[in-house]
Amino acid sequence: MALIKTTYNRRSFMKSSAVAGGGMVLGFSWMASCKPTPEQIKAMPKEWFDVNAFLKIGDNGMVTIMSPNPEIGQNVKTAMPMIVAEELDVDWNDVVVEQAGLDTQNYTRQLAGGSQSIRQGWESLRMAGATARRMLLEAAAKEWEVPVGELTTSAGVIKHEQSGKTIGYGAIASSAGGMEVPEEIELKDPKDFTIIGTDRQNVDGPKIVTGTPLFGIDIQEEGMQIAMIAHPPAFGMKLKSFDASAAKGMPGIKDVIQINTLPKDKQWSDVNSFTDLVAVVGNSTWEVMKAKKALNIEWEAADKLESSEGHEATLGQLMNKSAKEPSRKDGNPTKAFKDAAKVVERTYNAPFLAHNTMEPMNFYANVTADKAELNGPIQTPEFARKSIASLLDMPEENISIMMTRMGGGFGRRLYGHFVLEAAAISKAVGTPIKLVYTREDDMTQGTYRPDYKVTYSAALDKDNNITGFKIRGAGTHGSPLFANRFPAGTIDNFMVEEHKKESNISTGAWRAPRSNFIAYAEQSFLDELAEEIGKDPIDLRLELFDRAIKNPVGEKNDYDAARYAGVLKLVKEKSGWGKSMSGVHRGVSAYYCHNSYVAQVVDVVMNDNKQVVKKVYCAVDCGIVVNPMSAKNQIEGGIVDGIGHAMYSALTFKNGKPQQSNFDKYRLIRISEAPEIETHFVDNGIDPTGLGEPSLPPIAAAVANAIYKATGDRLYTQPFAGSRPVLG
Amino acid sequence: MATFDLKINGKQHQVEAAPDTPILWVLRDHVQLVGTKYGCGIGQCGACTVHLDGTAVRSCSLPISAVEGKAITTIEGLSENGSHPVQKAWLEHDVPQCGYCQAGQIMSAAALLKDNPSPSDADIDAAMHGNICRCGTYVRIKAAIKTAAKLG
Repeated sequence: MALIKTTYNRRSFMKSSAVAGGGMVLGFSWMASCKPTPEQIKAMPKEWFDVNAFLKIGDNGMVTIMSPNPEIGQNVKTAMPMIVAEELDVDWNDVVVEQAGLDTQNYTRQLAGGSQSIRQGWESLRMAGATARRMLLEAAAKEWEVPVGELTTSAGVIKHEQSGKTIGYGAIASSAGGMEVPEEIELKDPKDFTIIGTDRQNVDGPKIVTGTPLFGIDIQEEGMQIAMIAHPPAFGMKLKSFDASAAKGMPGIKDVIQINTLPKDKQWSDVNSFTDLVAVVGNSTWEVMKAKKALNIEWEAADKLESSEGHEATLGQLMNKSAKEPSRKDGNPTKAFKDAAKVVERTYNAPFLAHNTMEPMNFYANVTADKAELNGPIQTPEFARKSIASLLDMPEENISIMMTRMGGGFGRRLYGHFVLEAAAISKAVGTPIKLVYTREDDMTQGTYRPDYKVTYSAALDKDNNITGFKIRGAGTHGSPLFANRFPAGTIDNFMVEEHKKESNISTGAWRAPRSNFIAYAEQSFLDELAEEIGKDPIDLRLELFDRAIKNPVGEKNDYDAARYAGVLKLVKEKSGWGKSMSGVHRGVSAYYCHNSYVAQVVDVVMNDNKQVVKKVYCAVDCGIVVNPMSAKNQIEGGIVDGIGHAMYSALTFKNGKPQQSNFDKYRLIRISEAPEIETHFVDNGIDPTGLGEPSLPPIAAAVANAIYKATGDRLYTQPFAGSRPVLG
Repeated sequence: MATFDLKINGKQHQVEAAPDTPILWVLRDHVQLVGTKYGCGIGQCGACTVHLDGTAVRSCSLPISAVEGKAITTIEGLSENGSHPVQKAWLEHDVPQCGYCQAGQIMSAAALLKDNPSPSDADIDAAMHGNICRCGTYVRIKAAIKTAAKLG
């Protein structure tokens, strides 16, 4: 048992109340898991300590978590009840998650992103469960006039052994709700967990496999019309004029209008491309799709019209330019390179990528004179509401946003311009509407993963010791580098330089932002460096980690070298690294992001002269694994996603126009290309960390390194299949 | 506009629609069966897969005028209460992540197993090639199809 305070700095993370009609509600702070330093606490917003999530115990004993975090496929809707049920001591099937609508009175930081849901909810959910259990025990003890220490709980029932009395949680919940929240409660020792760490199926599984409406695109409301938008065909273009006469006369079409979606207050705008759009509104999706094609729109260039070749050239120029200030500098890298016996330098490239969630962007809006009701898939409802308040000039309290399950996120639904578009259309036509993007709209009006380029240089002395290391990286709207991540801290003379290039192409977060590229470059370079030095690639990495453990360079190194080394050792053991297997070519890679450590070994085989990724061994340190079956699913998904995008996917531009607009030209990985995957978790009892993203970044390098072994070719540019048509 | 008599999940439906309206939108907008999903509209992703007289077809590319007299089965009609072996296997393997593509995956898998009760890996790859899962659940889809083959 671990004792834990329910207050911090004299503020309580908890408050309780009885509810009308029976039962209790315990409010708690989702952010209670943060353990801030006194310095941080001064800088933290006050509302972080406010109650922002709720645990309700009904008089029937059913437990409901009102969760502020939307579900995008990361399966928190299953993991959260498991955590609460563990500490509350109820059957986990009796705990359900209710997706809360946007309610800034009661919730803060309502978003899914950064693999943070479980990491931040971990302690607060446990605390809420344990506090509720304690209060229920105290209420029963009071009623029976016995010491609370004589009571036990099991599956939602309180028992007094001596008298044989029992009472269900539901029956005592109303009394418990009126009690004081204890100042200190006990949490279970992780070794006593009976639910956490066991396989539990997705609570929404039965609905998903039977086609029950769950998604934003499934919304049907009385009087609802379907709306679609037409946006400029190229970045840098804008609407000049349009003739809607043909479209307006088509069957089922209610109206064709022009909308502007720029909020008056620019701080609430994340629209960095198209704000003037033509919208078609009608009875059914097909009728609206056809009318959209009949629109006669004139677009005009308002800015430069960029092409992929130009971006590539600009990035190339940036590789030859020093940064004004390095983002990190240890020792004297200039001298190390001047004195080097040998310098190894390699440059890595990756294109823009679209998110391509399988469910295209969509949103329901019903805007009337005095209120706006919105519903749909959005990862940032709070920001969206502020944007809409500014766009419609309407008080925030008159705007409600409900959230649906999301057909994929990957970062795309952090950017809510489609919510604004839905609101603007509904207001203009005066009816409820559901805005639906076609796949083409979705792919060509994106917030793309930026294109990137990075050059790695290593200085070696005559004995092949690494004496200096330089990284120079650039990308659209930002660099891909993390200055203080590995290999920072392992080399005496070390320098990181970052550039960014401006563009009118909109970019944004894409699953494991920046890491999704830089892990590929870094881990490919280390593989080549190991070969140059004449060391086994795992041994080289372990030596570097050893240096970081024993005698780190610099003070700001954003990783735990021992945990990093731990996953490499685990994958080495599980894959049988080093043993020779006929026809199997192996590559290794490891990366740290979202507070978790992942190492992978990839087996590539040749089949009909094509390289086939046959098997992936994956070792993961994400602390305690709440739901192993679901956790493995996330790991497998990240690996398949990472292989697919590294091998096949690219979004290119010509004169501002995306050259791919649907899955015939934009290639996504398919079932025959997915490898067998074996996942192993490090069992260390540490509090859980990110899981939705960390398995993606390292896989591209593991694949590239294995393909090198198979073919002798190093892969410096993604997508790999672009330059190698024989890839399987 | 024309009137069409459709047989969907064993029930007769009379639908007023333009003859070129894809079955996908007939199902979603006219009949309110939204389990069948829109993904690409050009038959490239498989999210809209339904059965036409027992064969897997992409409903986004199939006009209403081409299906009269044929039986359409959607995910909602695959079984009573999710009891089809493929649905049960999907739950056993906890296949879905976001879940959006899974109705299409299940319909493709069910059609495969009807024609080929014990498919090889290569048979599964061939039959499921047209279904994209953006979350990358392919490993489990393969395993679940093998389990469903045993259950069936």
